[in-house]
Amino acid sequence: MISSAAADLAISVIPRAQPALPAVQLEGVWVRYRVPYDRGKSLKEYAISRLRGGSAHFEHEALKDVSLSIGRGESVAIIGPNGSGKTTLLRLIARVLTPSAGRVRTRGRVAPMLDVVGGFHPELTGRENIFLNGTLLGLSRRDIEARLDRIVDFAEVGPFIDAPLRTYSSGMMARLGFAVASDTDADIIVIDEALGVGDERFQRKCAARIDAIQAHGTTFILVSHDMHSVQRLCSRAVWLDRGRVRTAGRAAVVVNAFLEAQ
Amino acid sequence: MSIALREYDSARLPHPMLREAAELLRYRDLVRQLVTRNVKVRYKRSVLGFVWSMLGPLLSMTALSLVFTQIFKPTTPLYPLYLFPGLLLWNFFAQTTSSITAEVIGGVDLWRRIYTPRTAFAVATTLTGLVHLALALVPLVLLMIAFGAPITMALTTAPLAALATALFALGIGLAVGSIAGHFADVGDLFQVLLGTWLYFTPVIYPRAILPERFHWLWQLNPMTHMVDAFRMPFYQHAAIPFDLLLTTLGLGCATCAAGWWLFTHTADDLVRRG
Repeated sequence: MISSAAADLAISVIPRAQPALPAVQLEGVWVRYRVPYDRGKSLKEYAISRLRGGSAHFEHEALKDVSLSIGRGESVAIIGPNGSGKTTLLRLIARVLTPSAGRVRTRGRVAPMLDVVGGFHPELTGRENIFLNGTLLGLSRRDIEARLDRIVDFAEVGPFIDAPLRTYSSGMMARLGFAVASDTDADIIVIDEALGVGDERFQRKCAARIDAIQAHGTTFILVSHDMHSVQRLCSRAVWLDRGRVRTAGRAAVVVNAFLEAQ
Repeated sequence: MSIALREYDSARLPHPMLREAAELLRYRDLVRQLVTRNVKVRYKRSVLGFVWSMLGPLLSMTALSLVFTQIFKPTTPLYPLYLFPGLLLWNFFAQTTSSITAEVIGGVDLWRRIYTPRTAFAVATTLTGLVHLALALVPLVLLMIAFGAPITMALTTAPLAALATALFALGIGLAVGSIAGHFADVGDLFQVLLGTWLYFTPVIYPRAILPERFHWLWQLNPMTHMVDAFRMPFYQHAAIPFDLLLTTLGLGCATCAAGWWLFTHTADDLVRRG
């Protein structure tokens, strides 16, 4: 029917015809972690420390008044030393964390491309793990069935696809993980390090797929210590320093300033 | 395939209880995959496969029957038929709540990396338990036939008692899990409590051995009602009375809502802890 086809078209066209709205917006965002003093957190120890009148936690401010806007289709790198709040920033965008104060807004489907083998189970076959990991990343069963052949093809695991994952080499496992995580058709992709998967040939293949995703107009947010991949993949960079934005701007400029400060 | 652009605004989030329910509905395929995983993983490496789900409870029932049949003979004829349904339901409750607690403690690491509705794992575990319970009904019915007990239409009411127990177990699991996420020793404490709780529930012994003046104490234990209701169609061959059904479903729903509330209000804290 014409009307339903028109409706389908309207759904897919209307949001994309609003380039003015940024894909990711952070306004005055603060994140406070409650860090326990002692790693052995038990009810007994909690009761004892309370009786002594002390607090069992101290507060750590991982992000302080961070404001940021990332446009649709932009590629932005988050750089900074360890503990500067990079991963916390990614967690906010990936909805894993809500801010203690301030506002986080995202427009579009967000998918992480991080720790890609985290949801795998060694006793299940490669095929079963594709379905498990795909649904974990928010895809429906039908979505996964539609791209199953492409994922299997990309992962290059051959007949192992129907063997339990415990029989895989670590390289095969990583390839399968990347094949699923990079095929979620998300509007916003967040990556925390670890782009180097498999041997050199497969790494080139991964890089080519990331280029294709970027060319497709996907918003790209990368956290990395590798200034080479930052400059290759991203046009803009944000330098975080102890929870605050120190500089933001063109990737080459920010990276140079960051390297000089080290 | 068109994925509609979804908007997320941290300043305009719906109530945590409702948001979690809506997200769970959106991620229903994940729940399905998790149940499949749980069931498959348990049987992948064993020769007998699904038979284990039936054989395991049958073996423990046989052992207990050998010990107690003589003792309870005067009050409880056909003791194995009295014991088996209650034991199955208790195992379902104990295993589900323990697994959910362990999953909350072990799951926080994954929650920090990928967004998923966090109740998906607990709901999947409860459904997995129901699958195992359903499988274990096969040897139970065979046992009834072996003892010459009638197979009546009353059996069709048993799933309702199982449903009530599932809701109750989900609620308890979520509540204990939320607390155990903050205080690790609460998980161990709960295991001890479960061991004691069994002896305060008429699973192994008939209620007739209790002195009349203590009956009110047993009435306070929700699992007493659950076990009584579930056993009725198998042992007394009678449909579960309406008031008992209402009591168990009411307890199940209320506990589930309370656990859901506590879990959805504290799960963010677990992620935010260093």
